[in-house]
Amino acid sequence: MAEYLFLVPLLPLIGFLINGLLIGRLPRSVVSAVACGSVGLSLIVAIMLFFDLKALPADARLIEQTLFTWISADILHVNLAFMLDPLSAIMILVVTGVGFLIHVYSVGYMAHDKCFGRYFAYLNLFTFSMLVLVLADNFLLMFVGWEGVGLCSYLLIGFWYEKQSASDAGKKAFIVNRIGDFGFLIGMFIIFWHVGSLDFATVSQNAPMVFAAGGTVITVACLCLFVGATGKSAQIPLYVWLPDAMEGPTPVSALIHAATMVTAGVYMIARTNVLYMMAPDALMVVAIVGAATALFAATIGLAQNDIKRVLAYSTVSQLGYMFLACGVAAFSAGIFHLMTHAFFKALLFLGAGSVIHAMSDKQDMREMGGLKKHLPITFMTMLIATLAISGIPGFSGFFSKDEILWKSFSSSHGHVALWVLGFITAGLTAFYMFRLIYLTFYGEERMDAETKKHIHESPRTMTVPLMILAVLSVIGGLVGMPHIFGATNYFEEWLHPVMAGPPQEAATHALASAGANTSMEWILMFASVALVLMAIYLAWYLYRKNTAAAGSLADKLSGARTTLANKYYVDEFYGAVVIRPLIVFSLFLWKIVDVIIIDGFLNGLASLWHDISNALRHAQSGRVRSYATMFVFGVILVVAYFVLGSN
Amino acid sequence: MEDLFLTIVTFFPLLGAVVLLFVPANQHSTIKGTSLIVAFVTMLFSFWIYNRFDPVASGMQFEVNLPWVQSLGIDYHLGIDGISLLLIVLTTVLTVLCVIAAWHSVTEGVKGFFISMLLLTTGMIGVFVSLDLFLFYVFWEVMLVPMYFLIGVWGGPRRVYAAIKFVLFTMFGSLLMLVALLYVYFEYQAFAGEYTFDLLKIMNMPLAYHPQLWLFGAFALAFAIKVPLFPFHTWLPDAHVQAPTVGSVILAGVLLKMGTYGFLRICMPLFPDATIAYMPYICILAIIAIIYGALVSMVQRDVKSLVAFSSVSHMGFVMLGMFSLNLQGVEGAVLQMINHGISTGALFLIVGMIYERRHTRMIEDFGGLAKVMPVFATFFMIVTLSSIGLPFTNGFVGEFLILLGAFKANTWYGVLASSGVILAACYMLWMYQRVVYGKVTNPKNQNLKDLSARERLVLIPLVVLIFWIGIYPSPFLNRIEPAAKQVLSHVGKASTVQLNESYEIVDVPVLGASSDDAEAALAELEGAGR
Repeated sequence: MAEYLFLVPLLPLIGFLINGLLIGRLPRSVVSAVACGSVGLSLIVAIMLFFDLKALPADARLIEQTLFTWISADILHVNLAFMLDPLSAIMILVVTGVGFLIHVYSVGYMAHDKCFGRYFAYLNLFTFSMLVLVLADNFLLMFVGWEGVGLCSYLLIGFWYEKQSASDAGKKAFIVNRIGDFGFLIGMFIIFWHVGSLDFATVSQNAPMVFAAGGTVITVACLCLFVGATGKSAQIPLYVWLPDAMEGPTPVSALIHAATMVTAGVYMIARTNVLYMMAPDALMVVAIVGAATALFAATIGLAQNDIKRVLAYSTVSQLGYMFLACGVAAFSAGIFHLMTHAFFKALLFLGAGSVIHAMSDKQDMREMGGLKKHLPITFMTMLIATLAISGIPGFSGFFSKDEILWKSFSSSHGHVALWVLGFITAGLTAFYMFRLIYLTFYGEERMDAETKKHIHESPRTMTVPLMILAVLSVIGGLVGMPHIFGATNYFEEWLHPVMAGPPQEAATHALASAGANTSMEWILMFASVALVLMAIYLAWYLYRKNTAAAGSLADKLSGARTTLANKYYVDEFYGAVVIRPLIVFSLFLWKIVDVIIIDGFLNGLASLWHDISNALRHAQSGRVRSYATMFVFGVILVVAYFVLGSN
Repeated sequence: MEDLFLTIVTFFPLLGAVVLLFVPANQHSTIKGTSLIVAFVTMLFSFWIYNRFDPVASGMQFEVNLPWVQSLGIDYHLGIDGISLLLIVLTTVLTVLCVIAAWHSVTEGVKGFFISMLLLTTGMIGVFVSLDLFLFYVFWEVMLVPMYFLIGVWGGPRRVYAAIKFVLFTMFGSLLMLVALLYVYFEYQAFAGEYTFDLLKIMNMPLAYHPQLWLFGAFALAFAIKVPLFPFHTWLPDAHVQAPTVGSVILAGVLLKMGTYGFLRICMPLFPDATIAYMPYICILAIIAIIYGALVSMVQRDVKSLVAFSSVSHMGFVMLGMFSLNLQGVEGAVLQMINHGISTGALFLIVGMIYERRHTRMIEDFGGLAKVMPVFATFFMIVTLSSIGLPFTNGFVGEFLILLGAFKANTWYGVLASSGVILAACYMLWMYQRVVYGKVTNPKNQNLKDLSARERLVLIPLVVLIFWIGIYPSPFLNRIEPAAKQVLSHVGKASTVQLNESYEIVDVPVLGASSDDAEAALAELEGAGR
């Protein structure tokens, strides 16, 4: 089976080529069969590979496949090579699994779109890029996937290109990501010129010999890579593109802007955990940025009325959790949350898509309400996802979020302040998610009559993926139960071979103060569950029980509310501080430096020449008398020279 | 037989031009057909050479060395290494595509146009195969004449200004080059006792430090104008905007490469100490060009001048790579020369295609073309992505190697130049958005025809190359590497042997410090040589 590893990314690529090259010439049924089939086959191969990998002894779980030399110059050798280890195995399962469900869902969702073929071609191309990203065995090939998913994100956000806001959002996403990629590039340069290789295995192996632990070089390198991660995974300060990315079709938001692509930054940090473990300062930055983003985005989520925007800010916030986990060296907890989040957030977006579909493409929750009885399957599945993301015990999100909160408190890289940020965010999350549920599914039906007439539950191709994801959102967490439940954390164990230090370190840590820690862990867990329940109660009270109270509260806090609704004016700030000055400066360079100074100088030189010649031209008048006069002067000068010179 | 290869590929287009002289001017299809056949056969010749080229051997291949003007030491000395090989293939491929692209767009003076094209091809290939400085100079100047006519006769409204500006800039540089060339010529006589313009012989002549600085300066100015390196670039936007589509393609695709080629072939091997001394200054100018070109591109209103300024930025990358003076940088630079020829050539073709339909190139006149011309939009997207260096397109491989090399030469060079990657995305995507996305607001765009079969035929080979070089660049890099090593070994020899100390090439940023040592060492060497 190992020799078929290349099929995992290749199959979606073939799907892309078929659908892309034959655009407009295939019937819709063939297009969807090719698109879903290629990803489905890829999923099957991925599952088989997973069991192959599992059959190997724990410390030998590695399948490599080199296709050919990609770039080689002097000491630089980069292969087109794939690597399957426990970490990438989880990633390809998530990508192909969730990806497959979303492909199927899209068949229903996009059924009426004119550009059906183009949509699925892009979606396949995305799946290919994402698989290259996670299977790459070196930094540069990862970068290929990294920019490739960025491209697909750009194309899919701007899918309805006739809408100005959509093409603006696509461009914004690409450019902001490029700013992050700039950091990624610099990070790669530093690593290459110190280690002499870009292969993950070689870098991990040689880094401890090359870099001084905690030294400037490794810290800068890690921070540069992290800049790349903030771009791709929408963290402060580069998160601004993700909320706008909601311009794309909703299944795209589910797949790219929630479940897979945006988690690439988390994956990259987990992949290079050896380097990060050598740079504690960089880890600290990761943790702080992650925790701050989690809280910051959650507050914005409180005041959004567009159903997709709430989910977008929620994604930014949840990604913050994952970075917080990585930052406290709990990489497997980060990846665990990545996985559970992929289930419930994809589900939330697809559910939102189902709602939007029913609402004739309206997204404002103020025009919804009472959809519960019209969309029973959508409602039930979305409720499950909401319980999961809120961290209600038993649901998948509870296990992963709880692990992150506990690690941010207990890890040697952790800090109680980080825990507090994560703790508050958990409460906010539960609040805004239940606000969404109440506004959408409960209360009076606020939509206009026309819309109301068309409300209908989505077709099977859309609801079946919802149900499957709902099941995963419930049970997905069972593989990573905390130690205090007396269960085995299979997830952590599975990832153990690829993670540098944390499990052993955590183990010794736990041993040192076993008793105190266990009770502490219980206390913190109860505290966060209690907070979540209170937040849900508050949401229920404000948006269900006593909606007038919500209105008066909103009035009292109108200043804060406007600030939040306007997303703290960050876009406006960037516009005023970065974009406009850059345009003005560019105009200055063009109109002043290029045209007036450089060209003006040269044209001036030319006209100076012209003027001199023009002046001298008068000497060539053609009049014999003036020539004779000059001749006489000339003779006088010559004679004078010799007479005076001879003295 | 192998001796004849280069002569054939160089002069076959000239032969075609001579044949065209005898075709009556009104028989347009005969003229076009003949040109196409000639260009195509030339391309096949170049493929044949590519095929017979030994990728691992270092040094020149297919050499031919015959006396031309024996009394003056001028030889007919041709030869190619991997660098010139790729540039020749690029030239012949672009020529074929240009002939096809010009099929319908040139309606007046058809005969003169195609004769100029073929003459130009001979001139360009000649520059890349010459190993005799005099011969090099001849080809360098010969090429000016047809280009002057292409811009000045078949160009836009301000064509005469642009053509004269182009010629004056180039002539100014090449005159200085001629002076420097003669200096070298006499210097070599003093050194070895014979007169020669043979590049390979002159390469082995040690030159004192200060003359090197002057000579390098003279050659460098000629080449920098051609590249064009900031601040010598202002002829370029004018020339491009006024030139006919095909003229722009050749200009950007091949002519600019002559500047960078000159640095590699002449400046660096002949004046190694000066190369090291000038390195930081040229790198800084290159970085300015990268950022400056990108920023000015961003605010252009005419698509063609946007692409022209983007060339300034891209050629800045090439210069930076070369003067990083390490293998990654130089190899990336050479590959990027080819890449720029492909992607910018394709961009100019694309701009030409919409110009032929709408007779305007202003960005604001467009919008929503994706709706009416979906195939066009797809090609445009692919080329745009190649131009901004997306991985798995050609642009990425070149840019990555250049930046990697620059980073080694000096961390800040790498960091500053990398910012160009962001800016490239800004100006290209913004332009693409305004031209292709959005609603069709201008009624004149409502009924535009999508690309014809002929137009697709022109673009498809370029798109294939974009992905080929992006995904499997090894055949190209393998051929560049020995040649790049050769160039660097000349530069390296200067700093290690002549200065009697082994330090890394890249760590010599100070101009003054090395001069005394160099002169002392050179004095010794010269004494030994006599």
